[in-house]
Amino acid sequence: MTKQADRRVIDPFEAALEVSDVRGSSPWEHAWHRLQKNRAAVYSAFIMAAMFLMVVFGPMLISWEPDFTDWDYTSTPPSIASGHWFGTDAVGRDILVRTLSGGRISLMVGLVATLVSLLIGISYGATAGYFGGVVDRIMMRIVDITYALPFMFFVILLMVVFGRHILLIFVAIGAINWLDMARIVRGQTLSLKNTEFVEAAKACGVSDWDIIRRHITPNLLGVVIVYVTLTIPQVILVESFLSFLGLGVQEPLSSWGALVSDGAQDMESAPWTLIVPSVFLTITLYCFNYIGDGLRDALDPKDHF
Amino acid sequence: MNDRVMRVQDLSVHFKLREGGLLSAKTHTIKAVDGVSFDLDAGETLGIVGESGCGKSTLARALLALIKPNRGRVVWLGEDLNKLDEEDLRKKRQDMQIVFQDPLAALNPRMTVRDIIAEPLWTFYPKMARVQVDERVRGVMKMVGLLPNQINRYPHEFSAGQCQRIGIARALVLNPKLVICDEPVSALDVSIQAQIVNLLKDLQGKLNLSLVFIAHDLSVVKHISDRVMVMYLGRAMELSSRDRLYRQPLHPYTSALIKAVPVPDPKLARAASDTGLTGDMPSPLNPPAGCVFHSRCPYLIERCQVEVPALRRMECGDWVACHRAEELDFTIGKSG
Amino acid sequence: MALLEVKDLDVGFDTPEGEVHAVNQLNFSIEAGDTLALVGESGSGKTQSVMAILGLLAENGHMSGQALFKGKDLLQMSSSELNRHRGSEIAMIFQDPVTSLNPYLRLDKQMTEVLVQHRGLSKADARAKAVEMLRAVHIPDPARIIRQYPHELSGGMRQKVMVAMGLLGEPELLIADEPTAALDVTVQVEVTHLMSALRETTNAAIILISHDLGIVAGICDRVLVMYAGEAVECGSVDQIYYDPKHPYTQGLLNSVPRLDQPDDMELEAIPGNPPNLLNLPVGCKFRDRCPKAFDACTEKPPMQLDEDRHAYRCFLGDTA
Repeated sequence: MTKQADRRVIDPFEAALEVSDVRGSSPWEHAWHRLQKNRAAVYSAFIMAAMFLMVVFGPMLISWEPDFTDWDYTSTPPSIASGHWFGTDAVGRDILVRTLSGGRISLMVGLVATLVSLLIGISYGATAGYFGGVVDRIMMRIVDITYALPFMFFVILLMVVFGRHILLIFVAIGAINWLDMARIVRGQTLSLKNTEFVEAAKACGVSDWDIIRRHITPNLLGVVIVYVTLTIPQVILVESFLSFLGLGVQEPLSSWGALVSDGAQDMESAPWTLIVPSVFLTITLYCFNYIGDGLRDALDPKDHF
Repeated sequence: MNDRVMRVQDLSVHFKLREGGLLSAKTHTIKAVDGVSFDLDAGETLGIVGESGCGKSTLARALLALIKPNRGRVVWLGEDLNKLDEEDLRKKRQDMQIVFQDPLAALNPRMTVRDIIAEPLWTFYPKMARVQVDERVRGVMKMVGLLPNQINRYPHEFSAGQCQRIGIARALVLNPKLVICDEPVSALDVSIQAQIVNLLKDLQGKLNLSLVFIAHDLSVVKHISDRVMVMYLGRAMELSSRDRLYRQPLHPYTSALIKAVPVPDPKLARAASDTGLTGDMPSPLNPPAGCVFHSRCPYLIERCQVEVPALRRMECGDWVACHRAEELDFTIGKSG
Repeated sequence: MALLEVKDLDVGFDTPEGEVHAVNQLNFSIEAGDTLALVGESGSGKTQSVMAILGLLAENGHMSGQALFKGKDLLQMSSSELNRHRGSEIAMIFQDPVTSLNPYLRLDKQMTEVLVQHRGLSKADARAKAVEMLRAVHIPDPARIIRQYPHELSGGMRQKVMVAMGLLGEPELLIADEPTAALDVTVQVEVTHLMSALRETTNAAIILISHDLGIVAGICDRVLVMYAGEAVECGSVDQIYYDPKHPYTQGLLNSVPRLDQPDDMELEAIPGNPPNLLNLPVGCKFRDRCPKAFDACTEKPPMQLDEDRHAYRCFLGDTA
């Protein structure tokens, strides 16, 4: 039934049937290649890796304890001779080891609070977006109202009532950030819900749960990943701000924000106590932002979701 | 023809649109599909033609019970689809499949071709062994003209025509009895359109499929259909055999559509006359009273503005919705 | 002298996947009053070649060659120089009027912009001319319509407004990129009749970019068929439709479904897929899909010139 012209292609077709399977290259692979070409993102990733290593292993390797007060060297500027490479603060504590162990707290808060907001935000947003209708409207009104709450007031209230426990900080920050994540995930879910491949799945009788699992979630990941890398620096900054105000982690634990706060007080006499933690904080924020931008360009929403 | 597989009776799908603010809200009703009826036999191709706003896409989804109608019934193999409970309806979906207009958008970009085509199998035969699933998928890929060794690739690695073949493969993997094609070739290049149309015709013959072929292009529909239904603003204007429709259409709108199709032949194109239609397509929010076509019809009489013409059977056996169908002659080739 | 003469135009794009060769060594010319169609499918390069000529290429695009408009090379001009030509001597109508008209401005504001800027007319004079032009494109009640926003008009009306806007500057060259693709078929007829009528009333040269062989047959004098960025055949509309020489043109004409064909006739599809512009084959770009290909086709075929300016790029003598 096929015409002569069609048959000419079908003959090579028949021959090609013997050829073994070709490897496919997924959209993720493409995104990875694109990301690798973004130099700012790649450098930032290396710097962040180094930062993580320093922060995790540094305090173990440095001879000073973070809360050890070296009475011989109070408020000394950075010097190799004194053994305090980045100087000491007013009470003689080594700035470098305090900065690194403070980094542990800051980064941990960044990651954990982001994870919390991620889990709450995705489930909330995907549910509202997928089921739509009244469910969606009610859920989003709750988000809108919660948005209107003054964040600082809420945190202070928590701190006053429950004390300045570090776990509380995770909860407080995570509890606010999930709102943005929920909105973004809901928006993406809505647009995915209306795509033809989801419609095709419905026409094939695929269950709602399978649709969410197979079609919606993998296509959400791109947006979520980008948003996560941009949320982490936001969270670190919020924690720093809280600590700067004296509402963050309590002594003997310290974070970059608390260190900046302490350093600001001795700014004129011992500027290194302010500069060192500020530099670490700033580098981290920049790097995460560059990585986030790189990811957003690589996972270009024009081609993929 | 063989037995009837589907009967659509007086099908209507209306959408409510709220306009205005808090204080002065107005509700409009868009009659996307309004009182459409037809039968479909096994192995038959029904072409549905119409311009934008005619409701053909909504009709496609209503036929598959993806949208609930406000009125009317869709009876599939003797059962009213909208009276079935969810589980029974889901089971019926094996027999009725759909191919979409945008080939790439109809495929999940993060799934391989294998997964895309296998998904219906996973859904209805969850216990089927992987090896068997793989075999079935490769088999149906060959059937639609795709090399099975491409099975691990992703949609973006294929051309539009090949993506449409993947979509067709997915629709066929469960051996359905009916495939609804919603503008399956509109987004494709002309040379590829011909490939896909030929493929669909081939497959229909081999598998004794019923096809509903929706398009806005009359010339494409002509090549594949046994009967053609012409829609305008949600209503069926004419339902004729393919042979009659293109030679002697019964409805003025059909005649205008045929005249409007540009023929790739310079002498004929230069001599082409006007469609004779006046005015613009009315907004679906505000369709004309009486016959929805009357605002553009060159053969308008008073009756058309008040009375809705029913789709009625003419002596020749075909159906038309026009008050003046007996007196008007739209034989192609005759002037006027 | 030809109004527009394009010589050896090359257009390419830098993408992460490599270099995309959109247009290869394109040559054509158009005289005043002529109507030329650039016909091709996706990947043919018809739109990109025109974008390059008008300086509208995307950022990652680059071009070489010449586009001589009344003797001056458009490709060498600065954007301010080009601006002076665009809108006044050269006008372009795009495919989708929804995205080409500014949704926030009323029509009168948008339409008079061209005249006020390029011709220095007063707002009142410009408005009067715009209303006249709307009347000329058969828009009913133009004085009222001109006060409306684009979204208040139907698709067909919007496209007619686009044509009117294009003609306002009294261009010498009008380029229309798939002007009817987004329109319903009954509206399409009106716009094509309008464009046909233009050939009588103005002396503008028209370049029509289209994949629709039916539309082209009705409006154009000459046709240039493109495939994979190259011109494969060029001739008068009668030559192309009644005596196509290149196998691609023949295949294209055979694969178009026509109302005047017997009903059950099977469409003759061109097998295979459109070319991958990242990885074009050597020699004749069409050879993988050509039913008449033979050994020599691995070399680049020469452009053969028939009598009456009918040119085609193929090794075969008379392939009809």
